[in-house]
Amino acid sequence: MTEEIIIAGFGGQGVLSMGKILAYSGIMQEQEVSWMPSYGPEMRGGTANVTVILSDSRISSPILQEFDTAIILNQQSLDKFEVSVKPGGVLIYDPNGIINPPKRKDITIYQIEATEEAARLQSAKTFNMIVLGAYLKAKPVVKLENVIKGLKKSLPERHHHLIPMNEQAITRGMELIKKN
Amino acid sequence: MAEYKLMKGNEVIAEAAIRCGCDGYFGYPITPQSEIMETLMLRKPWEETGMVVLQAESEVAAINMVYGGAACGKKVMTSSSSPGISLKQEGITYIAGAELPCLIVNVVRGGPGLGTIQPAQSDYFQSVKGGGHGDYHLIVLAPASVQEMNDFVELGFNLAFKYRNPVLILSDGVIGQMMEKVQLSEIKPRWTDAEIEKISGTWATTGKKSNRDYHVITSLELDSLRQEKFNHKLIEKYKVIKENEVRFETFQCDDADYVLVAYGSSSRICQKAVEIARAKGVKVGLLRPITLYPFPTKKINEMCSKAKGFLSVEMSAGQMVEDVRLAVNGKVPVEHFGRLGGVVTTPNEVVKALDELIKKGK
Repeated sequence: MTEEIIIAGFGGQGVLSMGKILAYSGIMQEQEVSWMPSYGPEMRGGTANVTVILSDSRISSPILQEFDTAIILNQQSLDKFEVSVKPGGVLIYDPNGIINPPKRKDITIYQIEATEEAARLQSAKTFNMIVLGAYLKAKPVVKLENVIKGLKKSLPERHHHLIPMNEQAITRGMELIKKN
Repeated sequence: MAEYKLMKGNEVIAEAAIRCGCDGYFGYPITPQSEIMETLMLRKPWEETGMVVLQAESEVAAINMVYGGAACGKKVMTSSSSPGISLKQEGITYIAGAELPCLIVNVVRGGPGLGTIQPAQSDYFQSVKGGGHGDYHLIVLAPASVQEMNDFVELGFNLAFKYRNPVLILSDGVIGQMMEKVQLSEIKPRWTDAEIEKISGTWATTGKKSNRDYHVITSLELDSLRQEKFNHKLIEKYKVIKENEVRFETFQCDDADYVLVAYGSSSRICQKAVEIARAKGVKVGLLRPITLYPFPTKKINEMCSKAKGFLSVEMSAGQMVEDVRLAVNGKVPVEHFGRLGGVVTTPNEVVKALDELIKKGK
């Protein structure tokens, strides 16, 4: 199994940390992992993206131009990465703020209304975990128990009391995802 | 099961330095390697091992602090990215001229000048051909994974002390910024004064003892015949290094008609390119130099008997390709491919460049 993922959105949406939690979950499942961010100007506002690879064998290139799955959280990223999904691949997007929705017919497209749900929960910080939950429903590449272990590893101990909230958000994401 | 952590290459350099008993880090921040000093400052190793971590007033000051520490037989290091490494070159040639051990880390970004902050491999010439003035060489290690960012810190210090020569870890923004799983080394204590005396007592300036002469650390020699003699001593040392320390890795080379040559992040991209090209039936392999100085010249030369052509892939305008051509010595075609200025080469672009090389040969 090799799963090549791009997660893309605005800086501040938790794109990089979601990728980190996913990569840590992979380690907990004894997979090989890599996490390659776009870094630099993007960190200071604007778009942010990260390539995460999970695999049962040694990972070659951490830099890719085609992906099994694209997780898209704003219009700019959709415009940029819709074309980069391999035929037969998966695209998951949050429709919030999307004017031109994805059009491809040769991939499976899912929606996750994570912005809306995070607002309803009055917890903007759960946004990326709702998205992660949606992804894990569409592509169960790591077990939920390993994601929780990954959360524990990637969050500093002082934030461990937030793990149940994050777990709920993941579960909520799993329930909310729908096919286009 | 061994414990794995998910860490950035830069963070791992810092952690590995603490764990291998490094005495001092002297640096100045610059993207894309600032996490090295940030991690050290957060980890506060001065509380744990007594390791000094100091943000100097400039890159020039930092390398001269390394010079001072190394002269005392201490395990000292610095890190920077391309423009900052250029600033350090005067200090580096002095350290090489004074035959002192130290570790330098370059997390390369696009150039020339201040360039970009994105990954590049355009400092190859600077790293392996000199960089500073005078006839000297650094031992240059090129990690291709976060795990090697850990492993090469201790290896680098070992080689530096074995040969009394500065060692450079030549990384780039990809390996520095990427997170992978890593198994960190065991924690080793710093050397005691007695251990330093045992390891470097014949040359280090540890304080004049009544039973020995003064130790003088200098790179200055006013007598040209004596300087020439010293130059020959360095040449002999580099010869020994070339005989004993060449490191490389091959990937699917056994039946390869064509060979990609790539180091660091490009070698990872080329592994993927090999997978893609092999799936299309092209017999291609990858040679990854792990040491860029000494370069695997002999290995490449041997491969010429079977290979029909070489493609050197590096994120530069074509630097390492010159060393590949010297090794091949005109026997088969050698081409270069690489993106520039902080644009990272993709595996498919490498496959395309390989197709062109194959077409040309027919």
